[in-house]
Amino acid sequence: MKARVHVMLKDGVLDPQGAAVRHALGAMGFDGVGGVRQGKVIELDLADGTTEAQVDEMCEKLLANTVIERYSVELL
Amino acid sequence: MKAAVVVFPGSNCDRDLAVAFRAAGADVEMVWHKDTSLPDGIDVVGVPGGFSFGDYLRCGAIAANSPICREVVGHAQRGGFVLGVCNGFQVLTETGLLPGALLRNAKLKYICKTVGLRVETSQSHFTEGYNAGDVVDIPIAHHDGNYFADAETLKVLEDQDRVAFRYTDNPNGSQNDIAGILSPNRRVLGMMPHPERAADDGHGGTDGQALFRALTGALTAV
Repeated sequence: MKARVHVMLKDGVLDPQGAAVRHALGAMGFDGVGGVRQGKVIELDLADGTTEAQVDEMCEKLLANTVIERYSVELL
Repeated sequence: MKAAVVVFPGSNCDRDLAVAFRAAGADVEMVWHKDTSLPDGIDVVGVPGGFSFGDYLRCGAIAANSPICREVVGHAQRGGFVLGVCNGFQVLTETGLLPGALLRNAKLKYICKTVGLRVETSQSHFTEGYNAGDVVDIPIAHHDGNYFADAETLKVLEDQDRVAFRYTDNPNGSQNDIAGILSPNRRVLGMMPHPERAADDGHGGTDGQALFRALTGALTAV
């Protein structure tokens, strides 16, 4: 089985990289891009039977820093 | 006084930190990230700057979960002293020994230059060699030094006089101009600037010496 973890900076945490991407899109002529937030996608190959709770624990302990980031888990 | 300096794959200020501690009179042992214990009788652990584990995932995240870091956390929880510089500060926030996190610099640039720091408190063995209000020149060299914490955490840091150093001219977007913070027991200091790079006449400045001398002196006297 696989899981896909999405990690994003929390709302209210400055994302200067996203802001730079937004500026670049504007400079390329793409109008109307109000904001860009950049995150990470982490795909995990897991032993069958791994629970969502175990993946949550991986997120809490390593994959995300919950001081600044939120995460969501998709079991595939 | 005995210091241990942790070495991770990708650390590059470990030897500088050891030299600064030795120059202040400390005995220094280097410890490897896979070590599962600290040498006996260690007073202070130095967590050095660099790019531990290539900054993969997040700066300091993988180092913070290494075997030696479990020992460093235990040392701090027993009341031991810990100094984290630059990547070491990032590691300490990732372990939870210090609150907050270090984000990408607000202007996205890696910054390597000497900056002014105002010493905010002399109430710690790290900073008692300075007077509160002193401005010292210490180099920074980082891409992710933009200190972030939620409003409640910032208030606690300020109310408890736990901001050790503030930038006089904020280079990276850090909240409240924070360059270094102390733990609640004032025995863990994390700071982005490099005092070990201003600890010898050959460095072009020696404003960092007072930190190592005060800490070594205080812990030798115990």
